[in-house]
Amino acid sequence: MTASQIIFYILSAFILGTAVLSVTTKKIFRSAIWLLFSLIGIAGLYFWLQVEFIAAVQIVVYVGGIVVLIIFSIFLTQQSGKEMPGPPLLRTIASILSVLFGFALSYLLIYKNDFKAGDKEFDWSVSKIGKQMLETGENGYVLPFEVVTMLLLAAMVGCIVIAMKAPAQPSSVGKATEPQEPRVEEIIKS
Amino acid sequence: MSDIPISHILFVSTALFFIGMYGLFTRRNMITMLMSVELILNSVNINFVAFNKYLYPDKLDGIFFTIFIITIAAAEAAIAIAIIINLYRSHRSIDVETAEEMKW
Repeated sequence: MTASQIIFYILSAFILGTAVLSVTTKKIFRSAIWLLFSLIGIAGLYFWLQVEFIAAVQIVVYVGGIVVLIIFSIFLTQQSGKEMPGPPLLRTIASILSVLFGFALSYLLIYKNDFKAGDKEFDWSVSKIGKQMLETGENGYVLPFEVVTMLLLAAMVGCIVIAMKAPAQPSSVGKATEPQEPRVEEIIKS
Repeated sequence: MSDIPISHILFVSTALFFIGMYGLFTRRNMITMLMSVELILNSVNINFVAFNKYLYPDKLDGIFFTIFIITIAAAEAAIAIAIIINLYRSHRSIDVETAEEMKW
């Protein structure tokens, strides 16, 4: 067993163990932290595959962006020390069974299939990726690139519109006042 | 590097996918369900990179798909969290069982 193999198995065990903890732990904040470790492990797997660019993107976007966003939303919406109620026993058993059978079926298909490995050397570089990304020719990816830019713009505007507080004054008619009413009632009740 | 067969990497990604499915089945809190979706998306990314590296090493399509999936996952997480926060403002809860009426 070479060092590369040992590193791969350690990374895989780390990823899967932290992922299992992330979906089973009772406290939501710990769940987010285990997710963070799992994503870092996946970045390590990309480093092991020698695709350093994707590993860097993974760390920047997932670890630096999405997990921080999730943690902020936990702080905004939950008492993070409180334990979440667990699922009922029947649902747990049914989920475990269905997941196990699904995994067994999928991995059986993967195991029976023999993949024909390519014989060339895998050569990527950031300049190659960038050139092909903005190429308009046959293998170019300029159309999905432009579509993704529009998607990001729309997502940004949509986030602001959705998360914006409705105006508080009662003069605004219709939908804008409706979200306020149950909230006021709740506050009075509590 | 090549002393690990591709099926072992696919084992990791398949297991990660079904761990995410388990979280999606058992959790009833929207933020934890969102975390499970992130796990599923990551397993797909591992698949794309592994297939690109092992089976078609002279092309770059797997890497492009991975980059696009990461971008769309970021947008999706941002939108989902905006919706969750908005729902929390009106319902005081982000449990999916209490959010059966979305019209407020």
